[in-house]
Amino acid sequence: MRIVVPVKYVPDINAERKFVDCRVDRDPAVGTLNELDENALEAALRIVEALDEAEQETSEIVALTVAPPEGDVALRKAFQMGVDRGVRVSDDALAGSDYSGTTAALAAAVRRLETEGPVDLVITGMAALDGLGSVVPALLAATLGRPSVTFAKTVAVADGTLQATRETDEATESLTAPLPAVLSVADTANRPRFPNFKLIMAARSKEIEQWTAADLGLEPGAVGTAGARTETTLAAPRPEKPPVELVQDKGEGGKALAEYLIRHELV
Amino acid sequence: MTNRTVLVLLDPAGEVRPSVLELLTIGRTLGRVEAVTLEAPSVEALAQLGAYGVETVHQAELPADLRGDARHLSAVVAAVLTAAVRLTDADVVLAPSTFGAKEAVALAGHALGAGVIIDAAGVAEDDAGHVVGTKRVFAGSWDTVSRVTTDVAALTVRANAVVPQPAEAAVATEVEGFAVAVDAVLPAVTARTEKARDSDRPTLEEAAVVVAGGRGTEGDFGPVEAFADAVGGAVGATRDAVFEGWFDRYIGQTGVTIAPRLYVGAGVSGAPHHRGGMQASQVIVAVNNDPEAPIFEICDFAVVGDLSDVLGQAAEVIRAHKQQA
Ligand SMILES: Cc1cc2nc3c(=O)[nH]c(=O)nc-3n(C[C@H](O)[C@H](O)[C@H](O)COP(=O)(O)OP(=O)(O)OC[C@H]3O[C@@H](n4cnc5c(N)ncnc54)[C@H](O)[C@@H]3O)c2cc1C
Ligand SMILES: Cc1cc2nc3c(=O)[nH]c(=O)nc-3n(C[C@H](O)[C@H](O)[C@H](O)COP(=O)(O)OP(=O)(O)OC[C@H]3O[C@@H](n4cnc5c(N)ncnc54)[C@H](O)[C@@H]3O)c2cc1C
Repeated sequence: MRIVVPVKYVPDINAERKFVDCRVDRDPAVGTLNELDENALEAALRIVEALDEAEQETSEIVALTVAPPEGDVALRKAFQMGVDRGVRVSDDALAGSDYSGTTAALAAAVRRLETEGPVDLVITGMAALDGLGSVVPALLAATLGRPSVTFAKTVAVADGTLQATRETDEATESLTAPLPAVLSVADTANRPRFPNFKLIMAARSKEIEQWTAADLGLEPGAVGTAGARTETTLAAPRPEKPPVELVQDKGEGGKALAEYLIRHELV
Repeated sequence: MTNRTVLVLLDPAGEVRPSVLELLTIGRTLGRVEAVTLEAPSVEALAQLGAYGVETVHQAELPADLRGDARHLSAVVAAVLTAAVRLTDADVVLAPSTFGAKEAVALAGHALGAGVIIDAAGVAEDDAGHVVGTKRVFAGSWDTVSRVTTDVAALTVRANAVVPQPAEAAVATEVEGFAVAVDAVLPAVTARTEKARDSDRPTLEEAAVVVAGGRGTEGDFGPVEAFADAVGGAVGATRDAVFEGWFDRYIGQTGVTIAPRLYVGAGVSGAPHHRGGMQASQVIVAVNNDPEAPIFEICDFAVVGDLSDVLGQAAEVIRAHKQQA
């Protein structure tokens, strides 16, 4: 079983996030692994751990990121959880990629990994907490020509078939797909493990493979700012809110709340 | 450039939800609006489409094996949108920002070589005639403006972007069938159960007023629901409250993203994951018994107190006010 887990390097949602020149400020001081990709890594690890020993021996989990060099922190975290390999695709030509460019780069990297041997599953998080598009997994599946099963809540792999259940806005669904397939897991799919000391130590010295756009045969015009189909022309912080009007409830708090809502024509 | 053709996704087609009425309203500012469906629209839906100025509904005719549960797969909806754009030579595709529609719009954009904007809070055009999407990002703390540089633009739009406005004059609406071939590799849908919709309350995604209950309810959503009914709002929860089994849907970055006129959080601490899904609300109100609760940082108005006392009293005053009016 070979599994590729795309992981994104994003600013920590607990830090102050900002844009510089219409691009996300990727300040390494606050850059981290997209938290929702921990669910994808956990899902991959559990699928491999459920295999018999002989199959586990030949299995491989590869964490893959399209990011500037600072993005290595995301891969280090993936190593700490127990993945076997880490690949970073970095290139000035990739800066400013929109959904199409990001997907093209990820798909090309998966194809390159396929030249070494089949990739049975690509497992992603349900969303990147900076862009919050939740569209890369479906686009990756379409680009690779594989079935996509997204937002999975339960996952099982047996006899070359992926089985999953999910909750969409409208319904509860059970889906199956033959491997190879693309899977995205919801935050409810599992509880990501905490890294153990041994893996933390080992993660420090693991080698990160680095590929460029040219290594992947990506046309410079198809990715990055040059290939983007959308262009962000303005990014501005919202004006700060005036301080909260705070009322201590001494028996009239509910009345004060009702009056606030009535006064502002909100009810 | 108002001679554009704008396609609006109407799925399901039994009713025209408020979010779709918003899309029709936005669409009319960009050009001529037509609807795309995967099933026959109901009589009520057709009447509403007519009132909003839609003359043509394009109803997809899918291959027999895709008419059942598989019809709801985003790759199938994407194939329908793609074929509809090619059929009508449309310039813009608009859909609501549900997880399924986001995927369908992105996949259609991929097939058409079109620029895609997900979760727009507003749609307009710039001086050069490009379609422009504004977004509220980073938990509502930044605004961005992006323009689509391709001929076709595909966007999903968040609910409460505009106030729905019927057309100046109603029109007659015709349904036209069109054949759709799907060549995507699809998973099999082995079971599908539609969720029952609470018909007495507005849906969480679309409501103008949302009342959320958190861990502070200690499992009793009674005061939250009674208050929501007094103000005519939808009810939501935090992820912790849903994991406890106290309620079924949660607001936040991994749950439902909302931007209503009014958000009221009761017994909600205001964790970053929760904020990410509601901070773009116009007015934020909270009731929390901890004077240091982090949610107060983003509130316009808040009461430090017990949620059942405060919500109970507030609901009473509001009901009395409404009766007077
Ligand atoms: C605030 C903001 C708004 C944006 N809006 C748009 C827009 O409207 N249209 C547009 O075309 N582009 C947009 N972008 C650019 C877009 O975010 C990037 O192309 C991004 O890499 C992929 O989209 P996402 O972050 O929404 O990922 P999602 O689709 O939410 O990511 C889902 C999963 O895909 C994987 N993944 C995503 N990106 C990477 C990566 N770089 N490396 C490895 N794995 C990855 C992860 O497993 C992740 O969990 C926006 C970016 C930001 C920061
Ligand atoms: C990957 C990931 C994704 C997540 N996504 C989401 C998400 O999308 N949405 C989400 O909501 N959470 C999400 N979470 C969880 C989130 O981090 C918080 O844990 C959660 O929002 C806290 O819920 P809460 O406010 O109900 O509980 P708490 O943080 O426990 O807060 C309860 C509050 O109630 C107050 N209180 C107690 N009793 C009373 C009373 N009688 N009257 C008034 N106030 C009272 C307390 O003072 C406290 O402030 C996510 C977490 C992770 C790890």
